[in-house]
Amino acid sequence: MTKDKKGLSALFSAKYRGRTASYTLVILAYIILEVMRASGNLSSLFTSLLVPVTCYIVAAIGLNLNVGISGELNLGQAGFMSIGAFTGICVSGRLAASVPAVPRLILAMIAGALLASLFGFIIGVPVLKLQGDYLAIVTLAFGQIIKSLITNMYLGFDENGFQFSFVENTCKLVPGGKMLLNGPMGATGTQRIATFTVGVILVLVALVIVYNLMYSKSGRAIMAARDNRIAAELIGINISATKMLAFVVSAGLAGAAGAMYGLNYSTLVPNKYDFNTSILILVYVVLGGLGNMTGTIISTVVLVLLPELLRSLQDYRMLIYAIVLIVIMLLTNNEWVRTRIKLLQKSLSGGRKASAGKEDGKEAA
Amino acid sequence: MAERTPVLEVRGLGIDFGGLTAVNDLNMEVYPEEIAGLIGPNGAGKTTVFNMLTKVYQPTRGQIIFCGEDLAKKSVVETNKAGIARTFQNIRLFSNLSVLDNVKTGFHNSITYSPFAAVLRLPSYYKQEKELDEKARDLLKILELSDQADVIAGNLPYGAQRRLEIARALATGPKLLLLDEPAAGMNPQETEELMKMIRFVRDHFKIAVLLIEHDMKLVMGICERITVLNYGMMLAQGLPEEIQANPAVIKAYLGE
Repeated sequence: MTKDKKGLSALFSAKYRGRTASYTLVILAYIILEVMRASGNLSSLFTSLLVPVTCYIVAAIGLNLNVGISGELNLGQAGFMSIGAFTGICVSGRLAASVPAVPRLILAMIAGALLASLFGFIIGVPVLKLQGDYLAIVTLAFGQIIKSLITNMYLGFDENGFQFSFVENTCKLVPGGKMLLNGPMGATGTQRIATFTVGVILVLVALVIVYNLMYSKSGRAIMAARDNRIAAELIGINISATKMLAFVVSAGLAGAAGAMYGLNYSTLVPNKYDFNTSILILVYVVLGGLGNMTGTIISTVVLVLLPELLRSLQDYRMLIYAIVLIVIMLLTNNEWVRTRIKLLQKSLSGGRKASAGKEDGKEAA
Repeated sequence: MAERTPVLEVRGLGIDFGGLTAVNDLNMEVYPEEIAGLIGPNGAGKTTVFNMLTKVYQPTRGQIIFCGEDLAKKSVVETNKAGIARTFQNIRLFSNLSVLDNVKTGFHNSITYSPFAAVLRLPSYYKQEKELDEKARDLLKILELSDQADVIAGNLPYGAQRRLEIARALATGPKLLLLDEPAAGMNPQETEELMKMIRFVRDHFKIAVLLIEHDMKLVMGICERITVLNYGMMLAQGLPEEIQANPAVIKAYLGE
């Protein structure tokens, strides 16, 4: 009994509080939304946004590992989502006849994650040896290159196997064959197998990966390399390998998110993943707080929903969106607000201290 | 004394920055379990020597023989793995990590579980993290930082930050500890405590210590052998009493 109590209060100790908050938030939101959907209280607009929101959350959590924890700016997260999306669509399209929906979705996500990680690794090898904003420049270019490549890619398959062509569509499929990638048209006629439940599970998996990594040898090394590169190197940490781990995991999460996203729509054009999308994901991360996963989840939800909710305002939509962004930035970077939040936290932890006993004494110190 | 094999042997070490020769033809030894001092007027090249020993700077010429192995061509990480750890004149902590995590980071290369084991929380993760926690807390106790284990390193008072740097360096399991002005900014009483601590660390971990310091009371008080640098060249080497009586050293410090 005492052991249980200790375990429970450990969940709220300073170290684990962020983690507990993230998991609780995601699970509560899932339960509430599922109940609302089952009872018919969720508008069709909201229902259609459920899966995309989970995808963006996963991509943003990945990016936060890269930007917030590892401290390397990445402007090509949409490129990794794109790789994941079209890989996922191809895998799912190929296996459509033989594998049921959920395992196929999982396979598609794994394939998307692996390929995106591989690309991350390849561009990381030369870049992460350097100091400075090189990663930002290279990932920016990478996003554009991936977009152009997929815009010119044709991939089809029939009973004789895969056919591939570049720039011009020269695939000649026998009847019964199917085009998976159609150049600028992207992927069409995709079977929509993504579900909100799998999306939420993906978010939880992403959180587990990122948090477990953060509170381990690798996570400490990643943060040490961010805080002081020379000191980290001098205690024997291999900086480029450490940064590579964060970058590859980040890319892999974006790939899985992309696969989920791609399989949520019957049509997906390569232009969907352009520079704007990369910046948008970066905005979710920065607004939610660098290194703060719970904040990332909240800001992603708000910023994905906001433009949709403001649709009725038509022309003023982006104006209000911009104002909201500015207001949030002012509020979260405000000393007055911060001291209030700290006071609130103190009074909350004070209340818990009384009930939980010694365990929290440390965190107050 | 002279029959022992030195843990560190520097032969003809020198570095040029463009046309400027910062350090030239330095020869020195550090013996096991010895506290050695490296002193000299400002700009003599003391920190440059440390930067060469830890391979932050690549020496232009010379050898750094550490435990029988030449480190001149090794990388920074390899140098640390070979057993050299250091602190910095301008403190370089991981200022957003807690005190405990700073020390845990020092144990980086003694942990063997993979990132996969960490993500999947395999038994190896729990076992090693538990041992790590104990080892890190032991080190904090030795450097009198136990009370501040959960404080963010950047918020520590100055003296404690210096001690934390030593703790982090010790965590890497060095055979030679380089301290760059450990007493800088400390008052006489703090310096006194630091001297005791350095001696205790040397005896407890059985390591050699090489320190740069301007506080002559500390240098003469704990160093068993002293090397004096001036304008990047070795000026004198010997016991504290010899150095204090050496006319060339007095001239370098006080002028004619």
